[in-house]
Amino acid sequence: MTKGPVLILGARSDIARAVAHRFAAMGHPIQLAARNATTLAQDKVDIELRYDVPVTLHECDALDPASYSACVDGLPDLPEIVCCAIGYMGTQAENERDVPMAQTVLRSNFEGPASILSIFANLFEERGFGTIIGISSVAGERGRATNYVYGSAKAGFTAFLSGLRNRLAGKGVHVITVLPGFVATQMTQGMDLPARLTAQPEEVATAIANAVRRKRNVVYVRPIWQLIMLIIRSIPEAIFKKLKI
Amino acid sequence: MKLSGWGNFPVHDVAMQTPRVVDEVVSSVHAQDMIARGNGRAYGDSALNTHATVNMCGLNRFIAFDADTGVLTAEAGVILGDVIAAMLPRGWFPWVTPGTKFVTLGGMVAADVHGKNHHGFGSFRHCVEWFDLCDAKGDVRRCSRTQNADLFDWTFGAMGLTGVILRVALRLRPVETGWIRQRTIAASDLGAVMALFETHAAATYSVAWIDCLATGKDLGRSLLMLGEHASAYETPARLRAKTATMRQKRRLRVPALLPGGLLNRLTVRAFNAAYYRWGAHNAGSRIVDWDSYFYPLDAILGWNRIYGRKGFTQFQCVLPETSAHDGLEKILKQTALAGMGSFLAVLKRLGPQDGPFSFPMEGFTLALDFPVSPATTRLIKKLEAITLEHHGRFYLAKDSHMSAETLRASDDRIADFTAMRDQLASTAVFRSEQSKRLKI
Repeated sequence: MTKGPVLILGARSDIARAVAHRFAAMGHPIQLAARNATTLAQDKVDIELRYDVPVTLHECDALDPASYSACVDGLPDLPEIVCCAIGYMGTQAENERDVPMAQTVLRSNFEGPASILSIFANLFEERGFGTIIGISSVAGERGRATNYVYGSAKAGFTAFLSGLRNRLAGKGVHVITVLPGFVATQMTQGMDLPARLTAQPEEVATAIANAVRRKRNVVYVRPIWQLIMLIIRSIPEAIFKKLKI
Repeated sequence: MKLSGWGNFPVHDVAMQTPRVVDEVVSSVHAQDMIARGNGRAYGDSALNTHATVNMCGLNRFIAFDADTGVLTAEAGVILGDVIAAMLPRGWFPWVTPGTKFVTLGGMVAADVHGKNHHGFGSFRHCVEWFDLCDAKGDVRRCSRTQNADLFDWTFGAMGLTGVILRVALRLRPVETGWIRQRTIAASDLGAVMALFETHAAATYSVAWIDCLATGKDLGRSLLMLGEHASAYETPARLRAKTATMRQKRRLRVPALLPGGLLNRLTVRAFNAAYYRWGAHNAGSRIVDWDSYFYPLDAILGWNRIYGRKGFTQFQCVLPETSAHDGLEKILKQTALAGMGSFLAVLKRLGPQDGPFSFPMEGFTLALDFPVSPATTRLIKKLEAITLEHHGRFYLAKDSHMSAETLRASDDRIADFTAMRDQLASTAVFRSEQSKRLKI
């Protein structure tokens, strides 16, 4: 049986690359969408040579809703699976001072991803099957002083995915929320992350592939993060507001 | 961040960069004190520079494959195991492979790795068509046997000290299956195993596990393992069908913190004796998969942790044919005397010298693992002295202990190497903790 295509949105990120490799290794055709998609030509060749599957490149800018329809229309086939790895963290200090910067973070992590996935949600619903994967963040579980701009956008995205899952549950379309925790990527390069809590992009890809197979709903890549976030969520606000975490 | 080689010793606090595209590497080179690092499989400090260590694993794309010639072009951070995974189902296998598939192509060039077929085929350089190297000025140079031929020659075995290897074009060998016909022969002592290597010089692959704690008449008792690529005709149908897919084996993982004393004289001696008897009892031919044959240790992820948190070192020397028996006997006696044997004692016949700075030379190479300790440091000094007396030299990809003086005493090519480095203006730009220690 031939496998259906997998569309990766925000295909330039390390997690996106790992996810593309993982599904290509399973025999899925791959559709890579990103800004300046032509610069992904090397990655297209890489995946085609390694896994002998077709790879197509698609221009898509999360911050430009006008680019969405051309992206969707340009796909050779409607994908079986869409994985949204779009995200931008910026730095908290900058996000606090610089309103346009904060807006970019909010739009890149919530508005853009939610808007694009809405389009696929409707198409998948009409077709009667499909899987939607949203890579959100544990940062969205509770706002903290150190990254609440990014975190609040991810909180919005997590809520959006949860609602979408609820809406599509009876329609044959499955929605997966991925909460990676720390991952060693370009986004976190130079940060001093504890090794035990930090996943490699390939681990995230494996967790996603397993989640698709087992129809999981919410996935913490490293199980320890489920416990950590349970604790962080349950600290009373009166105490939490005084903590430095 | 704290970083070490495969031996977990020495540990240095290094600044690490991870470029994703070639341009990022080129711009990072400019007049920096830096070294490129592959997948960290060199044992010691070859791929560490406290000032700037450039992790090449982000540059890991396949670029092209020519199915007529079997030449694969890829970025230097591509892992050998990924090459096998992609190419074996299409009937291709690397011409040369070291004992682990978790090395990068760039690292294979830098160490000019050798495999179980060195006696017949030579080192990795013989299957490399060309590579692109970023030199000290930040210029990218294509190096091959006809283009920048000197730089091509010197870069093999230079441990990254001529520049940053960016892309590699390597020739693969056509194979009919992923199966290996393995033949195991027990050898009762050192003379016997050395003679067996000569008797089976025509074998494609040969390597011996040696019991480094056996003494007296058993000194050097070994299991010689020969291998040939199995043809489709020789492979049972039920196995042939499996060739097309990469065997995804259940892997064991060594837990993070093992007590350092787990490997001691008693446990290693007992293991070695049992392993030799088991091997001698099961001597003969059988068909094994490529992964078990070439990479038995890769099945145990993180096996380097078995030596505890202080880490370990591998002593690997090569001795020329004429003095090999005498030298190996002394090394084994000294090792047994110190009571510091390792599970991993490997003896291999090597073919002729490959290039101006590659490790191999015609003779025998012996590799021994030891946990890091003051006693090990003393033993290694003794083993180095024996190697020097017998005109041998040392493998830089394994070294973490040698002095600059020992290196110079072992290898008369050092002056030419450092002169070449000066001429390329690379001496101050490409440096590792190893090159600082060895003053090269």
